[in-house]
Amino acid sequence: MATPIRTPGRVAAPGHGGVGDSPLRPDGTLKVSGEFAYASDLWMDGMLWGATLRSPHPRARILSIDVGPALAAPGVHAVLTHEDVPGRKTFGIDHPDDQPVLAVDQVRHQGEPIALVAADHPEIARRALDLIAIEWEVREPVTDARAVLADPVGLAVQPRGGIVRHQPVRVGDVDAVRDGVDVVVAGDYEVGIQDQAFLGPESGLAVPADDGGLDLYVATQWIHNDLKQIAPCLGLEQDQVHMTMAGVGGAFGGREDLSMQIHAGMLALRTGRPVKMSYNRYESFFGHVHRHPAQMRYEYGATRDGILVYADVEIVLDGGAYTSSTENVTGNAASLGVGPYEIPNIRIDAYGVYTNNPPCGAMRGFGAVQACFAYESMMDKLAAACGISPVEVRRRNAVAQGSALATGQVITAPAPMAEMLDRIEAMPLPPALDAADIRDLPGGASQTTHGEGVVRGVGYGIGLKNICFSEGFDDYSTARVRLEVIGGEATALVHTAAAEVGQGLVTVKAQIARTELGVRRVTIAPADNRVGDAGSSSASRQSYMTGGAVKAACEAVRGELLARAAARYGHDDLSVVGGAVVSRAAGVLAPVEEVLGDDAIELTREFHHRPTTRLDPVTGQGDSHTQLALCVHRAVVDVDVELGLVKVVELAAVQDVGKILNRLSLEGQIHGGTAQGLGLALMEEIVVSGGLVRNPSFTDYLIPTILDVPPMRLDILEHPDPDAPYGLRGAGEPPTLSSTPAIVAAVRDATGKALTRVPVRPEHIAG
Amino acid sequence: MDFLRPPTWADALAAKAEHPDAVPLQGGTDVMVELNFGARRPAALLDLTRIADLAGWDDDGGRIRVGAGVPYARLIDGLGDRLPGLAQAARTVGSPQIRNRGTVGGNLGAASPAGDSHPPLLAAGAVVEAESAARGTRMIPAAEFYTGVKRNALAPDELIRAFWTPPAPGPQYFSKIGTRNAMVIAVCSFAIALHPEERRVGTGIGSAAPTPVRAVAAEEFLSAELDWEGRTPLAVSAAQRFGALVADAAAPIDDVRGTADYRRHALSVMARRTLTWAWNDHAGDSRREAS
Repeated sequence: MATPIRTPGRVAAPGHGGVGDSPLRPDGTLKVSGEFAYASDLWMDGMLWGATLRSPHPRARILSIDVGPALAAPGVHAVLTHEDVPGRKTFGIDHPDDQPVLAVDQVRHQGEPIALVAADHPEIARRALDLIAIEWEVREPVTDARAVLADPVGLAVQPRGGIVRHQPVRVGDVDAVRDGVDVVVAGDYEVGIQDQAFLGPESGLAVPADDGGLDLYVATQWIHNDLKQIAPCLGLEQDQVHMTMAGVGGAFGGREDLSMQIHAGMLALRTGRPVKMSYNRYESFFGHVHRHPAQMRYEYGATRDGILVYADVEIVLDGGAYTSSTENVTGNAASLGVGPYEIPNIRIDAYGVYTNNPPCGAMRGFGAVQACFAYESMMDKLAAACGISPVEVRRRNAVAQGSALATGQVITAPAPMAEMLDRIEAMPLPPALDAADIRDLPGGASQTTHGEGVVRGVGYGIGLKNICFSEGFDDYSTARVRLEVIGGEATALVHTAAAEVGQGLVTVKAQIARTELGVRRVTIAPADNRVGDAGSSSASRQSYMTGGAVKAACEAVRGELLARAAARYGHDDLSVVGGAVVSRAAGVLAPVEEVLGDDAIELTREFHHRPTTRLDPVTGQGDSHTQLALCVHRAVVDVDVELGLVKVVELAAVQDVGKILNRLSLEGQIHGGTAQGLGLALMEEIVVSGGLVRNPSFTDYLIPTILDVPPMRLDILEHPDPDAPYGLRGAGEPPTLSSTPAIVAAVRDATGKALTRVPVRPEHIAG
Repeated sequence: MDFLRPPTWADALAAKAEHPDAVPLQGGTDVMVELNFGARRPAALLDLTRIADLAGWDDDGGRIRVGAGVPYARLIDGLGDRLPGLAQAARTVGSPQIRNRGTVGGNLGAASPAGDSHPPLLAAGAVVEAESAARGTRMIPAAEFYTGVKRNALAPDELIRAFWTPPAPGPQYFSKIGTRNAMVIAVCSFAIALHPEERRVGTGIGSAAPTPVRAVAAEEFLSAELDWEGRTPLAVSAAQRFGALVADAAAPIDDVRGTADYRRHALSVMARRTLTWAWNDHAGDSRREAS
């Protein structure tokens, strides 16, 4: 059988840098020059094209499906429905019975997959979709999450009920202290549906394998969890599915749930031909879950000095039609519901509910983003009520190392929040408005102002994010490292199943191998399931977990190398330095190449983080988080208060990362997370009415451009976490939390408006 | 789908007469997107990019005749000094890549109420040169060109060859609301052009009615109100009245990009601001002439 092209191969890691250096990415030039092979570029001679028929209705019964005319169309090789699913008919990221592979007798959201077509050409496949006749009984969709909370039985979208999870948190006694406080502030807050908006749409190639199994090339975030879901639905064993990571064009949580994996597999197994599926931008908006929209009610009581006495919080997250990650998103919203503040009395009720709105699941920040917008807005409100500055009110209530979170979990690692607030406050402010170039003004090139109506504002935000999986999950990672002499030079091959989603893991793995093995040349194997589970590229966890696994595997390989050297040279005080085995007493003994000879040392190691516990279902108490990370932002904005348009002038951030592994990649993560938070603050929203998405395109779902994202001033701290490899702290998500409330606070500062909903729209400011 | 590639203008007119349902193609920045998303499946595409004379312009000192195939980027560079309102609008079209491909001719052909060219063409009093093999050339004033949502005055056998517009006789401004600071489709937009010799103000409103429209009552009010000779400063009340009349001329709707109320409000602000800039320029010219 022919082999597919544009699939990933081994890549040589460029540069010579170890941990702490900033070698360039192996895929950087390729991506910038348009040469990188993304999943949508996969190709194989003789392949068919798959397409998906999706529901136009948010809620309807399917009375009949007639695939006859579609199947009869020239060039069409297969038309499949739920009847053709070879194995289990349902799958899910956390529960195998969560959602149907293809709708059976009803649909629960717009865009739910119903039928599949394989054809010679993508256009033939798409036209065949139009020939599939469905008889519908359209029903009134359930779209109000709060209504479901009030009537979870009557408005149940799922047979398992209307509520996915209710997680309370109880500390102290809110009712007992409520009447005794000096100051009470309250607010209702709302977060719209944000989309991951990755630029590389869902794509992959399924190829029938010679052994009766399947070769799958897909852009995903977690190969092994995909396999657990894919194989049973296809009626295969997991080891019959050979899965290789294809080029990922962004993820941000949106590739944690399956998209086309099972569908392409079904079509390939049925036709015996390779099948490629690649969503277009419109379909992509229906092809992955989004960030949960939230409705939140907060009430805080405090002393007149702004010391928090109690927090009374309700958070309602709309999970849409299926469970996806809603349980864990709800858990995060609950455990991080009041953020990095010490509060003696807490009552939090976080709910995830089912509706017929678009399914929501994982997205960068994962339940912590929504709460952060609310609790930071509350801190500003409290500051105003007490007549103290926003920074000071945060400082007075800040957690530190040794503090207990709302869950009772004590922060054992450094948490230098007060220092971070001091540092951000001390940063110089950007120069005053210069109206000479309209591109520097709100509205930009659209020329809505020459300076008229423009008012400057400053705001602060700080966020607390859990790193790695929480609540008892053992999300370990596995790495295989092989050290051998290739072309006369010792070369390390690093093999993991971890997804490179743009974050730079591919670079960091090589840096760790160089540092631990003392070699210069490192090759990175493509991620696949010929090595053990690496866990998900989520929860800011891969430097920690897969970095930890690579470190452990390298240490084992180095140990074996030194054991061989010890046996050969008769010293036991050995280390590897600059490519040579060195004895403390006797100096350089031999180059690594000489010790290895023709042998290879190949070892595989797993890395596990410290165990965590579930949250108590009644009190919400527990040591649920592996690691906690802080980022603080200061936003400076110019707002055209008459037109409601915003130009973010500067975003400054202080983030504690424990240890900088690669400053260039790290700064990219902070820039990117900050920009994604800016998008949520000012423009990014999937607008839904009556369960229908109104803006499934990049014409109307706006993401920030270079004229919207300002220069960023970063101050990166390194207070090591003794539990983590190299002392590092996961870094990808925290800036996504804090930039949103900082920007909204700055816009409030400029306008005096309450602004309780994100994204803030021009009419909210101008109205 | 047929793909027609006439080498000359005469061939193009003949092709359009023979295939009246063929969709003309210039930069493809609208048409190809619609094709790719299956929103439109025309019987034929009529590719006009091989016709060299569509991609140039003539300036005989009186009116400028701009070929339908001149991309925005060239219009900005080559005609920005003489057609400043249109050039400002062109700078807000899409991304640099889109501006390298997209054309005013295509914008006219698509006739979207959100097209960025339309308000400055209306304000300047531009005229569209349409032509058919059967009936020859027809000159259609911009104000009569837009007939409905994404509909224009062209007959099925007609093609847009050029548009005609005088070099700016006075200050011109274009302003557009978008919810990000670049690469955004108009929530609403406004163009103003002063015609001092005629003592007249031209206006154009985009994205706030089924078609691009002039604010005629606002134009008439202001043309009478302004002190064209003395160039005395603009009264605040006059600017506000002008803004209100512009807002009244719109017929906006609530949609995913913005509310009708916000569009009316934003139009009144843009009208007031652009008028102020234009009148200050006009008065500044007078001061320069006096010194």
